[in-house]
Amino acid sequence: MALTKADMSERLFDKIGMNKRDAKELVEAFFEEIRRSLEQGEQVKLSGFGNFDLRDKNERPGRNPKTGEEIPISARRVVTFRPGQKLKNRVDTRQHELAGDA
Amino acid sequence: MAKAELNHTLFLAIIEPLVTTMTKSELIEVLAHEKSDLSFKDVEAAVKALLEHMSESLADGERIEIRGFGSFSLHYRPPRTGRNPKTGAAVELAGKYVPHFKPGKELRNRVNEAAANERKPVRRSSRSATQ
Repeated sequence: MALTKADMSERLFDKIGMNKRDAKELVEAFFEEIRRSLEQGEQVKLSGFGNFDLRDKNERPGRNPKTGEEIPISARRVVTFRPGQKLKNRVDTRQHELAGDA
Repeated sequence: MAKAELNHTLFLAIIEPLVTTMTKSELIEVLAHEKSDLSFKDVEAAVKALLEHMSESLADGERIEIRGFGSFSLHYRPPRTGRNPKTGAAVELAGKYVPHFKPGKELRNRVNEAAANERKPVRRSSRSATQ
C-alpha cells in the first residue's frame, strides 16, 4: 500500500473539513507548483520535510547495457531530494520503534 | 481574461524572475493566490497537513507515489564503523533507514527540457548566415 493523492485529499477532507473538490484541486496544485518552480530553475525548500534541488550534469560516456555499444549520455538537469534533519530523525526513530529496538 | 486571472498572471510575472528558491511560505502564498476561493488560513493548514501526512507515511515505512511527480521510499543504510572527527575514535553506527525520492517521468522531462532550452544558443541560425 502506498500513499496517493487520493489518500491525501481524503485527509484534508477529514482533518480540515475542506470540501472534496477543493481538497483534490489543492493536492494537485501543490505538486504542480513544486514542478513549476523546479522547471523554472528554482529549488524548493520545505522546512521540516526537505529540499528539492537541481543539479546540472555534464555529458558523460555511457554504454548500452544490452549491446555494450558506447553512447554518450547527454548533458541534463536532474532533481534531487535532500530530506531535512527533522524528517530523517523522525523516520529513524519510528523505524527503530517498529523494529522493537528503540 | 478575468481580472483575478490577470492579477495572478501579473503576480507570477513579478515574483518569478526575483526568486531562485521557493520556500514553504512562498508555496502557500502562490497556492492561496491561485485558489482565491479558499482562505489563506485553509491553504496554509492544508499544506502543513499534506507535509505532515507525507512525513508520517514515510516514518511508518509506507511509500508515497504521485504520478507525474515521483515516489518517495526508504532506503536502508547498513551498520558501519564511523569515526569521531575530533578524537578519531572508532564508533559503531547502527543501520538506518533514510528517505529517498525518485523523480517521475513528467517532472524529469519538464525540468530537463526547460534546461535544454536555456542551453540552446539563441541566435545560432542568424550567426551561421552571416559567417
